[in-house]
Amino acid sequence: MTSTNETGTHGAVVADKAPEKDAPIVELRGAGKSYGNIRALHGVDLKVFPSQVTCVLGDNGAGKSTLIKIISGLHQHTEGEFLVDNAPVRFTTPREALDKGIATVYQDLAVVPLMPVWRNFFLGSEMTKGPWPIRRLDIEKMKKTADQELRNMGIVLDDLEQPIGTLSGGQRQCVAIARAVYFGARVLILDEPTAALGVKQSGVVLKYIAAARDRGLGVIFITHNPHHAYMVGDHFSVLRLGTMELNASRDEVSLEELTNHMAGGTELAALKHELAQVRGVDVEELPEAGDLTAPVVTAPEGKS
Amino acid sequence: MTQQAEPAVTTPPAPGPGKEKDGRTAERPLALRLLARPEVGVFLGAVAVLIFFLITAPPVRDGSSMANILYQSSTIGIMALPVALLMIGGEFDLSAGVAVITSALTASMISYQLTMNVWVGVIVALVVSLGVGLFNGWMLVKTGLPSFLVTLGTFLILQGVNLAVTKLVTGNVATDDISDMDGFEQAKALFASSFDVGGVNVKITVVWWLVFAAIATWVLLRTKYGNWIFAVGGNQQSARAVGVPVTFTKISLFMLVGFGAWFVGMHQLFSFNTVQSGEGVGQELIYIAAAVIGGCLLTGGAGSAIGPVFGAFMFGMVQQGIVYAGWNPDWFKAFLGVMLLGAVLINLWVSRTATRR
Repeated sequence: MTSTNETGTHGAVVADKAPEKDAPIVELRGAGKSYGNIRALHGVDLKVFPSQVTCVLGDNGAGKSTLIKIISGLHQHTEGEFLVDNAPVRFTTPREALDKGIATVYQDLAVVPLMPVWRNFFLGSEMTKGPWPIRRLDIEKMKKTADQELRNMGIVLDDLEQPIGTLSGGQRQCVAIARAVYFGARVLILDEPTAALGVKQSGVVLKYIAAARDRGLGVIFITHNPHHAYMVGDHFSVLRLGTMELNASRDEVSLEELTNHMAGGTELAALKHELAQVRGVDVEELPEAGDLTAPVVTAPEGKS
Repeated sequence: MTQQAEPAVTTPPAPGPGKEKDGRTAERPLALRLLARPEVGVFLGAVAVLIFFLITAPPVRDGSSMANILYQSSTIGIMALPVALLMIGGEFDLSAGVAVITSALTASMISYQLTMNVWVGVIVALVVSLGVGLFNGWMLVKTGLPSFLVTLGTFLILQGVNLAVTKLVTGNVATDDISDMDGFEQAKALFASSFDVGGVNVKITVVWWLVFAAIATWVLLRTKYGNWIFAVGGNQQSARAVGVPVTFTKISLFMLVGFGAWFVGMHQLFSFNTVQSGEGVGQELIYIAAAVIGGCLLTGGAGSAIGPVFGAFMFGMVQQGIVYAGWNPDWFKAFLGVMLLGAVLINLWVSRTATRR
């Protein structure tokens, strides 16, 4: 456990760290994960740079969750390499990932619904004061800091003592992001932050993603909504059945192509010709294989 | 970008009346907010039970009866505290009742059979009790089985071992009297002595009970560890994901129950000098009931240490009150059941009413 006296300064540490722009903080090289005989993820390459939003898209079961679980330390990869700051790592607990500055905002937000907002904000990294036998929580300071950080994110709460379960989905998401940013995250992993939100709240969350990026964080934005991804993304990776289908930066891919890849991409194009034979199926709108100009990862195997 | 340009400019919000509000929550009246707290509910319940017996059983009004009631409550209350913390942490311990006897038997037999200073037995009993807790917690964490099953297993094992080993060693179902052994008086002073307050004889366990309750309250609300207890009970996966040492928290909570069992076991040993090996069965449910009446959520994540104090007091009050009222003590359990259901229903109703949004 990190001593909590240090955590107070964590926020500052991020600010004065000037990351090299061209070195990835987190890199996966041909990484994969098998659960017994089920290969959930295979041959995935991913680089996360500071001040960039890397979007990972994919349908249900594409391996998005497995990918973030590897990076956040909940699971270990079974093949390939996982590097942080160019050094190979293998996390056994989420704490190790956190200590390396990799913070994850999970789909369920990793909050404890019955606990007050401020306790949730500092959970696992509480501020304390006093010598050991009577070392106690610095409640006043924690409440003040939490309030300040939340206001910076544009969330004004009347009462930090209210259980976090009483907040709206968007507010909870923002609390979770504010928490990760405050605790010195260098890489922020967001697991489908907009999936359960309304249009307006999604907009708010996207705004914070951009804000986090502008602060110099590398953001991994997991989503299955290409429109949300294209609004903030600098780099796009599409996962499909556990392998990487597309790996392109923003100038190499258009929203339309991204959507097509999400929808089945190249396979759909091949299907188009078959469907053209069938009466009543309108194939005019479907893309031709030639239209998909973005660099498609051609895995030697695995594409089924 | 405007997002973080702001903090440099804005001054910290002034606390107090000038504070910016989002304007969607109205402050509830103080009375309602208090009522929504489970420990206030159980406090009112305890007062109601007290008043009831003050009226129906005149001997209760006597100071020494009150001391007796408090003593009865303290023996339940000391164990109800760690059981409550464990429950807030999301687990049960069904072996808590027999673990008390295991601890007392260990201390008694070790010191008597090896003719050693009783303190040796006391220390060995502490190690054994903590070991039982460690085993419970370790099994739970390693296997992921529900604590109900794991501790049901330990409960049955300890119950059998208590009887069998005692018979094997002493040839009897009870241990031998240790009151003439070295160190007995010292240990008795610590675990089972009494003192006078204004002519009323008060047992030392009452003091320990309140001291432990104060420490537990402080730990729960003012320390990191307390924060972790709420977190592992409220949402274990989330707690792990943000870096709370879930394994450590759970195992240490079980060991805390072990510590409680040791303390109560020592009290029983040094106040009665001998231990009946078949006792303790059913006590675990009394502890759990006291914690639940005290407002601890059965599913974990909510509760307090002060609630179970009042919960245990209600139990002690009823147990002794029935006797003082001259009723048939056979009614005790029935009364307890009604009280448990009543307390839970009132808690539910009050918290629903008071937290209605």
